[in-house]
Amino acid sequence: MKFKSVFDIIGPVMIGPSSSHTAGAARIGKSARTLFGRQPQWVEVYFYGSFAKTYKGHGTDVAIIGGILDYSTDDTRITNSLETAKDKGIKVHFYQDEGATDHPNTARLKMGDERGDLELVGISIGGGKVEITELNGFDLHLSGNHPAILVMHNDRFGAIASVAQILAKYKINIGRMEVSRKDVGKEALMVIEVDQNIDESLEKELMHANHILQVAKIID
Amino acid sequence: MFRNVKELIEITEKENIAISEAMIRQEMDVQDKTREEIIGLMERNLQVMEKAVEDGLKGVKSHSGLTGGDAVLLQKYMDERDTLSGHLLLDAVSKAVATNEVNAAMGTICATPTAGSAGCVPGALFAVKAKLDPTREQMINFLFTSGAFGYVVANNAFISGAAGGCQAEVGSAAAMASAAVVEMAGGSPSQSAEAFAITLKNMLGLVCDPVAGLVEVPCVKRNAAGASNAIVSADMALAGITSRIPCDEVIGAMYRIGQSMPTALKETAEGGLAATPTGKALAAKIYGISTEKE
Repeated sequence: MKFKSVFDIIGPVMIGPSSSHTAGAARIGKSARTLFGRQPQWVEVYFYGSFAKTYKGHGTDVAIIGGILDYSTDDTRITNSLETAKDKGIKVHFYQDEGATDHPNTARLKMGDERGDLELVGISIGGGKVEITELNGFDLHLSGNHPAILVMHNDRFGAIASVAQILAKYKINIGRMEVSRKDVGKEALMVIEVDQNIDESLEKELMHANHILQVAKIID
Repeated sequence: MFRNVKELIEITEKENIAISEAMIRQEMDVQDKTREEIIGLMERNLQVMEKAVEDGLKGVKSHSGLTGGDAVLLQKYMDERDTLSGHLLLDAVSKAVATNEVNAAMGTICATPTAGSAGCVPGALFAVKAKLDPTREQMINFLFTSGAFGYVVANNAFISGAAGGCQAEVGSAAAMASAAVVEMAGGSPSQSAEAFAITLKNMLGLVCDPVAGLVEVPCVKRNAAGASNAIVSADMALAGITSRIPCDEVIGAMYRIGQSMPTALKETAEGGLAATPTGKALAAKIYGISTEKE
C-alpha cells in the first residue's frame, strides 16, 4: 500500500496552486535551509525541466525561497518571500537551465554566507513529496518523510560503527541508511533516516565520535 | 485494513458502522493515535476548507490572470435570478470554483486528493450543509468517508493528473464527494459505493490538459463539473439506482484507461486544450510577459 493514511488523501494543507510545483518546491527549499543550519546571505536557484518552463506561473520561485526562509508548505508568508528575502538582505538569483535531468521537476540550490556554503539538488515527485538527490557533490536519496541525520565523515573503518553505537545508546532505530564518497579514503557522507527526532545531546555526541567532520539533521 | 471498496463495505456491514467510522478506526490503528487526535487533525483540514471558500467567494485573481472571480459571478446570479439548476447544485459549483480559484491565486487550501482537484469535496460538503444541517462531527465524518474512498483509489489506481489524467484527479475527487454526500444524507454504505461508482464512470477518460501547464484552465471549471456530478450521482444512488459495474471494477477501468492515455494528455501541457491555438497563445503571453520582467 503506497498510501497509508487518510491524511495523504485529505491533505496536506498547502499554499496553491500545485502540490508538485509549489508545495514540493517549498519542501526542497526548507530541506536546504535545515541542512545549511542558518539563514544564508546569498542563494542561487537553478530550475530544470518543467520547473524551468513553468516556475513563475506556479510560484515555484516564491515557494523555494519561502522554504529557504524556513516556511512550511502552508505558511501564507510564502507569497511574499521574494520581498522578505530582499528585506533581509539575501541576494537571490534564478536561472533556467536547459540541461537534461533524470526527473522533470528538478531544482539545484546553491547558498552560502561568509562561514560556508551548500549545494543541493532536489526533485519533486508528485503530491508534494520530494527527494534530495545530491548534497555537496554526494549522491543520496533523502525523502524528507522521516527525521534524518546527515554525517560528513572521513572514509575510514570504524566511522559507521561509532555512529551506529551512539544511535543504539539513545535507542534510535534506523529505518534506512546509505553511505557515499567521492574518493577512497577522502570525505564521505552518511545519510541515516530514523523513526524518532534527534535531540541536541545526541547530535553533540555524534560530533565528537571518531572520524566525524560535521553533523546535520532534518526533523520531522 | 481494507484494500478495496468491497472489503470496506464488508467491514461496515459486519461491525454495523458507517464508512467514516471504519476509516477513523483504521487511522487510529495505523498512526497509533487516539480518536481525539485523529479527529483534531481532520478538524484543522475542515477549517482550511471553510476559509478557502470564504476567501474565494469574496473574489480572488490568479497571478497569470487566467482565473478568478467566477465564484462571485455565480453567487450574484443565484441571488438575483431564478436559476435553472437550482440553488443547492449551483451553491456546490460556486464553492468548488471558489476553492480552486483560491488555489490558483496561491491561497491556502487542503489538497483533496490533490491541489488541482481540491474544490469537489468542499464544494459538495458546504452545499449540502445548508440542506441537511449536519453537526460538526458529521461534517468531519464527511471528510473521513471521502478519504476512505480516495485511499482505495490511490492504492489501486492513481490520484494525480500526471499519472492517470484528470479522471484520476477530479474524477476521484468528485466520486469521493458523492459517496460522502450519500452518508450524510442517511444512505447506506453500499449506496455510498454505488454513488462513487456512478460518479467515476461518468468521468472516465477525462484527460489532463492544463493551458500553459498551470492549475487553472480547465481545472477550475472541471471542479465545478465534479461537484455537480457528485450531487446528482448521490441523488441517483439514494433513489436506489445501482451501478451495473461494481465500484472496484470501475476503479480498475479508470486505472487501465489512465495507463493507455498518451503522455501528451497527462499534465504535460502538450495536448488537448493546452495545444489549441488559444491555449498556446495564452501560454506564450504568460511566459513572454514573465520573462520580460526579469
